[in-house]
Amino acid sequence: MEKHLFLAGHTACYGCGEALGARLVVDAAGPNIITTDATGCLEVFSSRWPQSAWAVPFVHSLFENSAAVASGVEAALKALGRQVEAKVIAQGGDGGTADIGLQCLSGMFERGHDILYVCYDNEAYMNTGVQRSGLTPYGSNTCTSPSGKVSWGNRYLKKDMPAIAAAHGVPYIATASVAYPKDVQAKVKKALSITGPKYIQVHVPCPLGWKSDPALTIKVAKLAVETGLYPIYEMENGVVTKVRKIPRPAKPVTEYLKLQGRFAHLFKKGGGEGEVKKIQQIADENIKKYGLLSEAAAKVAVEAEKE
Amino acid sequence: MKVILGGLAQPATSLANNTGNWRNERPVFLQKACTGCTMCAVICPEGCVYSVSKKVFTFDAKYCKGCGMCAAECPVDDIEMVMEEK
Repeated sequence: MEKHLFLAGHTACYGCGEALGARLVVDAAGPNIITTDATGCLEVFSSRWPQSAWAVPFVHSLFENSAAVASGVEAALKALGRQVEAKVIAQGGDGGTADIGLQCLSGMFERGHDILYVCYDNEAYMNTGVQRSGLTPYGSNTCTSPSGKVSWGNRYLKKDMPAIAAAHGVPYIATASVAYPKDVQAKVKKALSITGPKYIQVHVPCPLGWKSDPALTIKVAKLAVETGLYPIYEMENGVVTKVRKIPRPAKPVTEYLKLQGRFAHLFKKGGGEGEVKKIQQIADENIKKYGLLSEAAAKVAVEAEKE
Repeated sequence: MKVILGGLAQPATSLANNTGNWRNERPVFLQKACTGCTMCAVICPEGCVYSVSKKVFTFDAKYCKGCGMCAAECPVDDIEMVMEEK
């Protein structure tokens, strides 16, 4: 087998996007890193005591303090004068980042630690049985935002975490998706070359929580980008500097929604069209806000296909 | 494996897990149209698909869970999922 820094034998589900995301991130970062991880799927399936899927130093923190533990690691490296020997990467799921770990993350940004924070965004608390988090998209059926006679699933919008990071004056912020592995790795490498706090949010499908076919993990992730629901961009010093263009015309959101059981109620129950329209509106707003549509449609479509 | 008390674990020890026995379907690399794009190896969540030579890929049966992502994403449909017979 090829040499990886995040190894096989971990107990993630079939077709797990997060396992793929974690491997891409640590492989890109290389062996000279120290990682921390908040409680969540990633920690549970990668560090089942007494085993570890990590070939790099790994600290499992509590749910809320991945960023704080990483801050301590970075401060210790500095105090020992050994900060050139290892980079620090803090990791967390969407719940451990946007809800429970937000205050520790904010502190890390504020103090300006030289840490890359990676958020694996699978859009709910999957580890504990699919409860909604701050990054769960509108209309998604989770067990704490169930669809039913009077409910259309999650009624809150996805928290704009990159904007929250930008408000702290973080020098480098990026969103990425496992559908574009090379892009994820390039962003990790670029982030590690910058001193100061960095934030990368990687969209990782969860076949269990999204009720999608495990084999279609990459296809689902790609559609999230191509419909405009998950814009991929880079922000440097608060300004959007690079945007991943999507083929023109953008795909309708129904193409993305229909692949997932968590949105099935929108198509089964009468009146779901209105909700789908609202989700389409979110995508349209993203397309407008980030200028996602490409100028030369055909060329980009061909390039996207290649990757 | 040496067990250390106190919540510590040795690195890279998950390799002892035989996750391959979760598998219902196994990928078959047809090796008819492979262009050597490495997509199957890059996107395998287990990281257990690897290249033998430039256009010949195979997988490690000890770890492959049979999710079918490699077969679904192969741009030239050169991978097929077949039912595992025991």
